[in-house]
Amino acid sequence: MDLLVANNITKRFANHVALNGVSVSVPEQSIFGLLGPNGAGKTTLIRIINMISMPDEGEILLHGEKLHKNHIESIGYLPEERGLYKKMKVGEQALYLAQLRGLSYGDAMKKLKYWFDKFELLGWWNRKVEELSKGMQQKIQFIVTVLHDPKLLIFDEPFSGFDPINASLIKDEILRLRDNGATIIFSTHNMASVEELCDHIALINKSKKILEGRVSEIKSSYKSDIYKVEITGFNKQLKDTLNHDFEVVEETYKNEVLEAQIKILNKKSTNELIMALMPYGNIHAMQEIVPTMNDIFIAKVNSDTLHYNTNSSLTE
Amino acid sequence: MKKTLIIIKREYLSRVKKRSFIVMTILGPLLMAALMIVPYYITKLDKEQKIINVLDETGIYNKLGSNETIKFNYIYTDIETAIANFDQSNTSALLYIPKPSLTEPTNAILYFADKQPGNTVTSYIQDKMKYIYENKKLMELYGIDKKQIDEAKVRITINSENIKTGEKNLPLATTLIGIFAGFLIYFSIFMYGNQVMRGVIEEKTSRIVEIIVSSVKPFQLLLGKIVGIALVGLTQFLLWIVLTLSIVTVFQMTIGHKNIVKTEQTQITKQSNTLFPENPDMKKGQDSDNEMIQSLLNSIGNYNYTLIIASFFFFFLFGYLLYAALFAAIGSAVDNEADTQQFMLPITIPLILAFILAQPIIENPQGPIAFWFSIIPLTSPIVMMIRLPFGVPVYELILSMGLLVFGFIFCTWLAAKIYRTGILMYGKKISYRELWKWLRY
Repeated sequence: MDLLVANNITKRFANHVALNGVSVSVPEQSIFGLLGPNGAGKTTLIRIINMISMPDEGEILLHGEKLHKNHIESIGYLPEERGLYKKMKVGEQALYLAQLRGLSYGDAMKKLKYWFDKFELLGWWNRKVEELSKGMQQKIQFIVTVLHDPKLLIFDEPFSGFDPINASLIKDEILRLRDNGATIIFSTHNMASVEELCDHIALINKSKKILEGRVSEIKSSYKSDIYKVEITGFNKQLKDTLNHDFEVVEETYKNEVLEAQIKILNKKSTNELIMALMPYGNIHAMQEIVPTMNDIFIAKVNSDTLHYNTNSSLTE
Repeated sequence: MKKTLIIIKREYLSRVKKRSFIVMTILGPLLMAALMIVPYYITKLDKEQKIINVLDETGIYNKLGSNETIKFNYIYTDIETAIANFDQSNTSALLYIPKPSLTEPTNAILYFADKQPGNTVTSYIQDKMKYIYENKKLMELYGIDKKQIDEAKVRITINSENIKTGEKNLPLATTLIGIFAGFLIYFSIFMYGNQVMRGVIEEKTSRIVEIIVSSVKPFQLLLGKIVGIALVGLTQFLLWIVLTLSIVTVFQMTIGHKNIVKTEQTQITKQSNTLFPENPDMKKGQDSDNEMIQSLLNSIGNYNYTLIIASFFFFFLFGYLLYAALFAAIGSAVDNEADTQQFMLPITIPLILAFILAQPIIENPQGPIAFWFSIIPLTSPIVMMIRLPFGVPVYELILSMGLLVFGFIFCTWLAAKIYRTGILMYGKKISYRELWKWLRY
C-alpha cells in the first residue's frame, strides 16, 4: 500500500510555475528518492508535503486521508537548509523542538537521553550549540527529526556536511528506521547514495515529473544489452568476424588483451554470444554494462531539457 | 495554541536569562534611584554652615543676617590685618566692604583661599546688600519707612483651572508627564521592536526556521515571538518600578527620612524661609522659583492617574504589537541586519514624526495636528500619551484606541503575509516590488 500519494500537485509563484501537475506514490516502508536538478521543484514539493506551503491544485493523501494538521506529528522533516539557535543550550533546544513536534516533556526527555547516548552526545547536553562542530550539529538535527517516531520521514540532502564515518552512521540509522516500519522520502543529488539506499525514485525536472518507479526496474529498462568482453589470443578485428546478431560497439587492444563492447541484437542470449566468441580466443571476462543512476539521471534530464527547448521554441 | 505557548516560553526565557537583560534591569533602577537620592544629598551637603568674616568700613551693612548655611562674623580691624589673619581665622571667606569717597558704597570684595564660594553665596550677599541699601535710600531720601515699602510690594500669580472639573492645571507638569510617557513609548517600541526583528533574522540566518515551521504555522511562530518579547518588556518595566521603589525605601529607612521627595520639598521651603527671617516681604519676592516647584509637586496629585497609567499600558502594548509585526516582516525579508536599512524608513518616519510633533501638540493640545495624529494608529500611541494629561474628550480616546486595535490587526495580517514568504527565502536581495508581490500571494 502507498503511504503517501500526491495527486496532480501544481504550485505557482508570481513569475513561475514551481510544480506542474506532479503525482508521486510512495510505497509504505520504502526509501523513496526524490531526484532532480537544482530548481526543479523538489523542495517545493517537500514543503507542500510538510504543510509549510499549500498547493494551488491537487491534493496529498497520507494513509488514504487528506493531509491534515494532525498529521504533522507523524511526519519528521530534515530540511536541506537547516540550523539551530546558536546561543541556546543543546539539550534545551532539542527539548524545545521535540515539544513543538507534539511530544510531552517527559517523553521528549526519555527519548533524547536514548538518542544522545547512542550518538555519544550526552556530554554536550549543557553546552551551547555554537561550541559544537558542524557534524555534531547535524547529528542533533537528525535526532530531532526522528525523535517522535514519525511514520513518514523526509530527508532533504541528509548527508551534506557529514564526514564519511558519520555519513555511514546516519545511513545505517536510515536503513534501520525503514526496517522498523518508517517510510522515507529522500531528496539528494548524490546518486551513489540513491543506488545504495533507495527502493523507488521519482525524477523531477522543470517542475514536472519525468520518471518514477522501482530502482531495479528503471535500471533494467535502461539496459542496452551491451556486454564488456575481454579476450586474449585473438589478433583480428571482431567487427569483421561476428555475424549480425551481435554489434561491436567498441574494441581496443591493451597489453595483448582485446577489450570489446558488444551489443546483443535479435533477442539472442549471452550464451549465444559466448558460443560465437569461443572459436576465436580465450574469454577472460564478460560483464553486462548496466547504466548507473547517475547515467540515467543525466540522460533523462538532458533529453527532457532538449525536448522542452524544442517544444518551447516551436511554440514561440 | 499549546505550541504557541511553548514558543512564547522560549522567547521569554531566552531573553530574560540573558546577561544584558539582567544588567539593564539592575542599572535602570540604580540610575532612577540615584536621580532621586543624589539631589537629597546635594541639599544636605549644602547645609554645612559657612562662616564669613565681614569687614564693613561703611557701617551700613551691619545687619546682613546669618542663616543655616552662612554665618556672618563682623570684625573691626583694617583690611591688611584681616587678610594677614585670614588663614588662622578658620573662616571660609572674607567680605570686605570698603568706604568709597566718591561713589556710593555699593561695592564689596569677597576674599577666599582654597574654596571658591558658590554662586548662591555671592548672590545671597548681593541680594542682602541691595535690600539694605535700597531701604536705607528710600527712607533717607524720600522718607518712606519700612512698613510702607513692605505694603507696596505685590506678587502676581496665575493659576489655570479646568472650568468644568475645577481641576488645577500647571502647564509645566502636564507637559512633563505627557512628554515622559510619550518618550517611554517611543523608546520601548524601538527597543523591543528591534529585538523582534533581530530574533527573526537570527532564525532565518541560522536556518532553524524551516525546522520550526514544519512543526508550527509561521503565524504561530510570529505571534509567539511578539508576545514573548512583549512579556519581556512588561517584566522589565515591572522590575524597574519595584526595584526603584525598594532601593528608595531601603535608603529612606537607613537614613531615617520618611519621604525623600517631601524632604526635598520642605528643605527648599525652609531654606527660603530662613533666607530672610526678618524680611518677610523679601521672601515673597524671592521664592517664586520655589513656589513653582511647590505647585508642580502639588499639581502632580491633580491628574487622573488611573486613566493615564491604564492608557499608557494600552498604548504601549498595542503600539508595540503594531510595530513589532512590521519589524518582524522586515526581519523576514532580509538576510542580515545590514540589509534592514532600506525597509526601516517607513517604520521610523511615523515614530520620529510623532516625536517631532510633540512641540506643536503641547502648544495646542486640542488643535488639528494634535487631533489627527492622536487618531492615526501609526502615531497615536505617542501623540495620544503626550495629549492625555491636558485632557482629551472620551470619544476621541475611544476612537483612537479602537483605530489602534484595528491598525494592529491590519498590520499583523499584512506582516504575516510578508513573513511567511520571507522566512523561507534565502540569498535574494529583496526590493519593495518583491514585497508587494508577496502580499498578493
